[in-house]
Amino acid sequence: MEFLGLVNYALFMAIFIAIYALLALGLNIQWGFAGLFNAGIAGFFAVGAYTSAILTTEAVDGRIGGFDLHFVIGWIGAMIAAALVAWPIGKICLRFRSDYLAIASIGIAEIIRLVIKSEPALTNGARGIPGIPRPMSDIGYMESQVAYLIIVLAVLIAAYVLVERQFNAPWGRMMRAIRDNEDAAKAMGKDVEFRRLEAFIFGAALMGLGGALFAHFNRSITPEAIDPMVATFLVWIMLILGGSGNNRGAILGAAVVWIIWSVSEIATDRLPHEYAIQAKYIRLFLIGLMLQLVLRFRPEGLLPEPLRGDQRSAKGGADH
Amino acid sequence: MDLFELLNFYVIPGIVLGSIYALGAVGITLIFAILRYAHLAHGDLATLGAFIALAVVTTLGVSPLAALPVAIIATAAVAVGIDKVFYDHLRERPKIVTVMASLGIALMIRAVVQVVWGVDTETYSRGIVRPENYFGLRIRDREIYTVIAMLALVGVLHVFLTQSKWGKAMRAMSDNPNLALLSGIDNRKVIILTWVIAGGLCAASGFFLGLNTELKSMMGWHMLLPMFAAAILGGVGRVEGAVLGGLIVGIAEELSVLVIPSEYKAAMAFAILLFMLLVRPTGLLKGKVL
Repeated sequence: MEFLGLVNYALFMAIFIAIYALLALGLNIQWGFAGLFNAGIAGFFAVGAYTSAILTTEAVDGRIGGFDLHFVIGWIGAMIAAALVAWPIGKICLRFRSDYLAIASIGIAEIIRLVIKSEPALTNGARGIPGIPRPMSDIGYMESQVAYLIIVLAVLIAAYVLVERQFNAPWGRMMRAIRDNEDAAKAMGKDVEFRRLEAFIFGAALMGLGGALFAHFNRSITPEAIDPMVATFLVWIMLILGGSGNNRGAILGAAVVWIIWSVSEIATDRLPHEYAIQAKYIRLFLIGLMLQLVLRFRPEGLLPEPLRGDQRSAKGGADH
Repeated sequence: MDLFELLNFYVIPGIVLGSIYALGAVGITLIFAILRYAHLAHGDLATLGAFIALAVVTTLGVSPLAALPVAIIATAAVAVGIDKVFYDHLRERPKIVTVMASLGIALMIRAVVQVVWGVDTETYSRGIVRPENYFGLRIRDREIYTVIAMLALVGVLHVFLTQSKWGKAMRAMSDNPNLALLSGIDNRKVIILTWVIAGGLCAASGFFLGLNTELKSMMGWHMLLPMFAAAILGGVGRVEGAVLGGLIVGIAEELSVLVIPSEYKAAMAFAILLFMLLVRPTGLLKGKVL
């Protein structure tokens, strides 16, 4: 029994790591490739989760949606919806320095949170959307966990292969050129704004897919399912610690940070109740401190961005 | 709806809220112009200032207004300390790295507030304050204090920036940091001064939000977007623009309830922000665009 419990916990953790790794990959396209600061990751995550929920659940009276579609259509829909939310924000903000995008992305995440809370016809308000179908759920409990892990890993590997391919393709080199020297890239005839918009939208689509995978794993989605600030921040620390600009680093960072985060949760849950709540905030403080320490002492992360050619330029290139 | 109803229920609360936003927006605009990055921990620094004032009120039993100077000084010191420990060594790196660090600082400050003061709602003084009647305008004392304090603090700051040597140095660094350095201005002192001013005003902003509503650990974070909208609306780097922007955002938020559902009041600041970036990114008073 104890053994089965451990296996179950490990499966649970592996699925979460894979979902967070997908978010970190999405952020890597935005920040690692293009140097775009997105502080609204949780917003795109929520858009993906709710879109897939609306597309794949059964119809319910008094709520728009419930189209009862196949989960693959739900996931594709989630990516499209997240991309559509990203488009106008990118269109307006990418002309300026990334600071403006940071502020606007905080804003869009806030608006998405408001919409989810105050449009019950769309999202069923605080109760959330239950009964989201999970693929391969009609077999035993353990088998279905394993099956879902395999599906999530397959999605992650496919995303990794595609993103890695782009990283080494001319498109990836161009994006890094724009990130490291915008004026030079412009002088070479690159359409900087349009390219940044591409990176922002691709990254947002991956975040939306991550949200959809999360919703189908939980079989339901509620406004309180994730804490927006904590989720956004965790993805950031995953990418920075793992190594921004390096896709394997993003996945490694997701694993390391999520293991630290959930093991520390087990530790603090054993404390008496009055300390347990404080311990939750102390963990948040420490994760914030961890970012400061990584930025100061190892800005290139565990796996630095692979650079070709002149290694002396590595110092300037790795920390944008 | 008659004119007095409009003024009493929408315009006056809007001016008060706008004054609170203005205090924060002035700090944001100074940091944006002089240090050249968006400081995302500004809202949570305001929360910290408000709770420091609460600590003074509860331990010493003084009136909230007497606690304000203590909160201003303490928060200014905290702001300088944060800059020294966390931002200073990132100065030579791309500015966006500091923006990221400030997001982490926002989380850390909030965690400190939540550990020390808990997550429950607090107030400076109990009981309901009835508004006084001035020729049909219903105004509470604390609302008058808020607007007067904002005008006084910003007025002093304006005189300081235009008349004193260090104020001129700050403006010089905002215009052209390299030229300022060449003219013998000590950039490090200007940076410390900027944090003292921004931190102090931040504390005042959080304090007056707490005085007019209540204190919550998330109060400052929710002010961040309106404060940035105000700074950009007024023009980055323009102190008087930040005040104007703050008042417009505050009044617009209160008036928005007349046309859109009240749940979306907080979206007003975001709409103003995007609209300004779209049509006039330099702001009303022609500030900088970074």
